[in-house]
Amino acid sequence: MAENFEQHSDVSAADLARLTQEAQAEATPSTAKIIWSEFKADKPAMAALFIIVGFILFVMIGALFINTPKMMETNIMGYFNQPFTPEYWLGADSGGRSVAKQLIVGSRNSIGIAIGLTLISSTFGICWGLISGYFNGYIDWGMQRVYDFMMMLPMTMMIIVLVTIIPHYNSVTLTLIFSIFYWEGTSRLIRSRTLAESEKDYVAASRTSGTSHWKIIFREIMPNISSLIIVDCTLSFAENIGVETGLSYLGFGLPSQTPSLGTMIANANDPNNITQYWWTWLPAALEIIILCLSISYVGQVLRRAADASQRQGAAD
Amino acid sequence: MWKTILRRFLIMIPEVIILSILVFLLAKAMPGDPFTGSINPKADPQQIHHLMKINGLYDPWYQQYWNWVVHLFHGNLGNSYQYQEPVTRLIGGRAANTLWLAFFTMILTYAFALPMGVFAGRHEGKLPDTIIRVYTYVTYCIPFFVILVIGIWIFGYVFGWFPTTGSISAEASGGGWLQTIGSRFYHILLPGILGALFGTVNIVQYLRSEVIDAKGSDYVRTARSKGVPSKDIYRHHIFRNSLLPIAAFAGYSITGLLNGSIFTETVFSYPGMGLLFVNSISYRDYTVITALVLIYGILNLIGTLLSDIILSIVDPRIRIE
Repeated sequence: MAENFEQHSDVSAADLARLTQEAQAEATPSTAKIIWSEFKADKPAMAALFIIVGFILFVMIGALFINTPKMMETNIMGYFNQPFTPEYWLGADSGGRSVAKQLIVGSRNSIGIAIGLTLISSTFGICWGLISGYFNGYIDWGMQRVYDFMMMLPMTMMIIVLVTIIPHYNSVTLTLIFSIFYWEGTSRLIRSRTLAESEKDYVAASRTSGTSHWKIIFREIMPNISSLIIVDCTLSFAENIGVETGLSYLGFGLPSQTPSLGTMIANANDPNNITQYWWTWLPAALEIIILCLSISYVGQVLRRAADASQRQGAAD
Repeated sequence: MWKTILRRFLIMIPEVIILSILVFLLAKAMPGDPFTGSINPKADPQQIHHLMKINGLYDPWYQQYWNWVVHLFHGNLGNSYQYQEPVTRLIGGRAANTLWLAFFTMILTYAFALPMGVFAGRHEGKLPDTIIRVYTYVTYCIPFFVILVIGIWIFGYVFGWFPTTGSISAEASGGGWLQTIGSRFYHILLPGILGALFGTVNIVQYLRSEVIDAKGSDYVRTARSKGVPSKDIYRHHIFRNSLLPIAAFAGYSITGLLNGSIFTETVFSYPGMGLLFVNSISYRDYTVITALVLIYGILNLIGTLLSDIILSIVDPRIRIE
């Protein structure tokens, strides 16, 4: 290629170097750079980002220092201990178990499952959407029918039924069960973008020059919609926190001996707890609200960064 | 047009068949059998064995499936062994509660969302728009069950404005019909309002962008130039034009509400199908579970079908070729 170029071009090497330099200076900045300048322009978003990263690191590391089985042991002396005491910062529940410690371990479990679920379901949804959108025709038709069928299933009910069928489950099996049902949103979004992208000239050019389908899909179309993928993953992460905690709240997620934000909120099912012993459930509820709002806020900023007409960051 | 609707119906049939097979197999895989409930120290194991044989529980699964489907078409879904009552009657009693709640929530959702959507679109980029955008963003992000729990805590327990359990109060169930309706309405008020306040996001966003698009269109300019007051343009011209696609959201909105009913009814101990499902799971009452999953699946399908049909009337582009 390079030899060919030298033979047929009258641009000198020095000129070529200068032109390349100029082109690089004028080229669109990298995605990471755009996102960073977007965050710098939006102080609340920066705060939200720090809250999320700091909090996730805190619970991940903090949970390592907590002995979960020992923490979950009943301690009659601490029965509904008041909050804000030196021993129990956030009080204790009916078994005298420290709410603060449960909150840390519970957050670790809930966030961990949400991350796992986002990774698995998004990967699957992205592949599904790319393939379905790229191969228009029978493949797309068949995949769309499967999608329609999945959309018809009452998701929460199906998950609960599957959880009761499986005799011994842990957080990994739980994540896999959730993943069966939570890829549809991503796949639909990616498919519609891929359909539009497949019409473009670069795909047609690539196809005529004989590039393989897989290479076009994963090396050419996917990088072009990467900003959409980043935004979607962030937003589904916020949503997925609600998925696991919701089912644990109903009693069909993590077992009661494994603390989760959802099982902690389930303390509120007892009319006594909900008013008298509010500290057993309210911190977990507030934590979910703050986490979901911050993550989605970051998602909004990423969406702005992906859409050049909405950017607020500096133009340079 | 009719071709599209017919196609949609034809596609539905295999979906329902596959769903019924799936539901049947899942129910088979669940621990326990219909006679687990009747096992007691006095029961003869030989007798139970015999019962299982004459009820066809040792047949191959496709045979059992076929029997189940035949019974289904005769309106016989079996007996619930938690309540010792035919499943059709049991669910029939609960379905009305769930559907009333869903219907009420949907009406409230539209009542909140329509003015907000038009208002946000009309004042695009100004303060009201920003406030509505922040509101929809916040309501969209927070998991719904957390809102329900906090809502019942504040309005049900702390202030004591709303009942926290059941679908009708004890005094009212013995009283006249006016009292009955009043008490039932009072019980769905708080879950309905919470559901509506936190379910507006789709309608508001759609209506807002629709209004913004319409603002620059020719028919609006014509109306303006012939001197129609601005208020009337929004009320009669723009709003009426976007009404049908907005109505199409009703189908999707019903499916969303039904799926959310499991949470709503658990939090409010409201005796509908969602709570029945959760209770049946704990009692392994699998005739009820299969029936409920099937009903919810079919209702989902009808909801989506309804929306798709309305949308295909509105927008010829999405009709199936």
